[in-house]
Amino acid sequence: MSSPSDRPDTPGGGSPTPGAPSGQPSADVYTEILASKEFQELRSRYRRFVFPVTGGALAFYFTYVLLAAYSPGFMGEVITGSITVGLVFGLLQFVMVFAITTFYVRFARTVLDPAAAQIRDHHERSGAGA
Amino acid sequence: MTFVPMAAEATGSPALNIAIFSAFVGVTLFFVIRASRTNTNAAQMYTGGAAFSGRQNGIAISGDYLSAASFLGIAGAIAIYGYDGFLYSIGFLVAWLVALLLVAELLRNTGRFTMADVLAFRMQERPVRMAAATSTLAVSFFYLLAQMAGAGGLVALLLNITNSTGQAVVIAIVGALMVAYVLIGGMKGTTYVQIIKAALLIAGASLMTVWVLARSGFDFSGLLADGAAAGASLEPGKQYGLTGTTKLDFVSLSIALVLGTAGLPHILMRFYTVPTSTEARRSVVWAIWLIGLFYLLTLVLGYGAAALVGSETILASPGGANSAAPLLAYELGGTVLLGVISAVAFATILAVVAGLTITASASFAHDIYANVIHRGNPPEGAEVKVARRAAVAIGAVAIAGGIAANGQNIAFLVALAFAVAASANLPTILYSLFWKRFNTRGCLWSIYGGLTICLVLIFFSPAVSGTETSMFAGADWSWFPLRNPGLISIPASFLLGWLGTITSKEHLEAKASEMEVRSLTGLGAHREVAEH
Repeated sequence: MSSPSDRPDTPGGGSPTPGAPSGQPSADVYTEILASKEFQELRSRYRRFVFPVTGGALAFYFTYVLLAAYSPGFMGEVITGSITVGLVFGLLQFVMVFAITTFYVRFARTVLDPAAAQIRDHHERSGAGA
Repeated sequence: MTFVPMAAEATGSPALNIAIFSAFVGVTLFFVIRASRTNTNAAQMYTGGAAFSGRQNGIAISGDYLSAASFLGIAGAIAIYGYDGFLYSIGFLVAWLVALLLVAELLRNTGRFTMADVLAFRMQERPVRMAAATSTLAVSFFYLLAQMAGAGGLVALLLNITNSTGQAVVIAIVGALMVAYVLIGGMKGTTYVQIIKAALLIAGASLMTVWVLARSGFDFSGLLADGAAAGASLEPGKQYGLTGTTKLDFVSLSIALVLGTAGLPHILMRFYTVPTSTEARRSVVWAIWLIGLFYLLTLVLGYGAAALVGSETILASPGGANSAAPLLAYELGGTVLLGVISAVAFATILAVVAGLTITASASFAHDIYANVIHRGNPPEGAEVKVARRAAVAIGAVAIAGGIAANGQNIAFLVALAFAVAASANLPTILYSLFWKRFNTRGCLWSIYGGLTICLVLIFFSPAVSGTETSMFAGADWSWFPLRNPGLISIPASFLLGWLGTITSKEHLEAKASEMEVRSLTGLGAHREVAEH
């Protein structure tokens, strides 16, 4: 990769973000990290968590939406008093959001953060020195 | 307005309402002025130097997100339509999972000020920034319209100003005030306003919820029964179940709601006000708990308003559906509680408008002025100057638009803003974070294509013309049957992003690798606090 400054209209040119102030790792370092076993492991664990969980959550949400739109009788069925199936289904969406949030935070803290910190420390120490 | 004696009486103490609201303005101005001492460079202006903690930012995010649409709009929708109103809050909440799991941390690690930073990281900078800034301004404009329109409606109830000139003056005052906040305090001052407002809003809603439950002997099921008897249906379909088209419209709305949040520029920008991606995650977690809690409260408030005030009475009051929460406050605690709750609602509008203004002005100054026009090297100090002028211009546009849109349904206008955000922004954000092959043409097709399709469909929808409730009720040029375009425009934008990418020969995999490493590890991410 050439440096951004001699290609003003290509990726990253002039932007404060990738404008790589001195002391930031160079592009070669990133290619190297990307290929490393540690990074591949981090990426795959991240994706194996977030893709299915996001997909599942959206599937549950749209099931709920479609039932509300096309099966109002079922959603209006009374369970007890004035508590209907639809209300419970709706409140379960809240439970799902809170549960996934809690799970993800724990997963990120115990799995993602240490792995990311290890990669970061290793490369910020070895020469790049931010 | 003579048809509902109670509502006329409810506005009985404008002096008290003004006093409570002035107190809020006084307190927030104090913090804003205190914050102004450090508001000198672009980083301070846009992100408060990225010095906020995750908790502070999370509270501020909930302050930014819980707009007048959430408070007045959802409570009103539940009070009148019952169950169908509840669906809004569920869509608004589930949407946060997309932001938490896929966007917040990665975005914090790869950008600095605006959404465009992330796209420009790996694609041709100037066209991509121009596109992202255009969609940022479009989304902010729709969102601003909704808030300003809400301000006008609220004033009708709060200060008993029923003529449109008087309401226009108040909208102008609100606009001028929020521009002042942004100019004086920058992002730091705006954030303090959001935090104070979020605390007031959640405290006020909690108080009313407990009060409503106490009135019904803490019998939630009984409260629902009373609400249902007064018109708020327990079964879905009262609003959207009428015909096949309205059902499809409901599905379209729910797609826009759940995918819109992670594309809202003023929410995305908040992720840059914290120093690290871990703090960005913490922000979202705080925001999710607060927002979820608040939406549970609105369920009680909505059915409570139906049970205690009555759906018909609310609908016939000067503010229409939007006045459910204020009328409920009056029913519970008389003029004092009405004053407090109305001031909170007003503060809500003010704070959200300030957040939108700073986002739109940052996008204009940072993306268009500094990076597109001056190719990343603007004259010393000019970027902040441009951002300030842009804030004034955006304020003027918001005031004019708000006066024009006065009386429109707030929740509906916000849903359109969500549709625009989900169509123009979300596909490019997800593609650039997760798809290596994604390139400049895909990005441009997705943003401009999604934006154009979305706006065209809105323009030819029954929301704009052809029905009694349209913006232009007297004319009819509609041919698109749905009021919300998300069902068509969001998949179309994803498709265009893919199509544009594979038909372009541009390969940016090397830059994509760098972005991927940075986004997941935080290597090389900007940390203003550490650097200065």
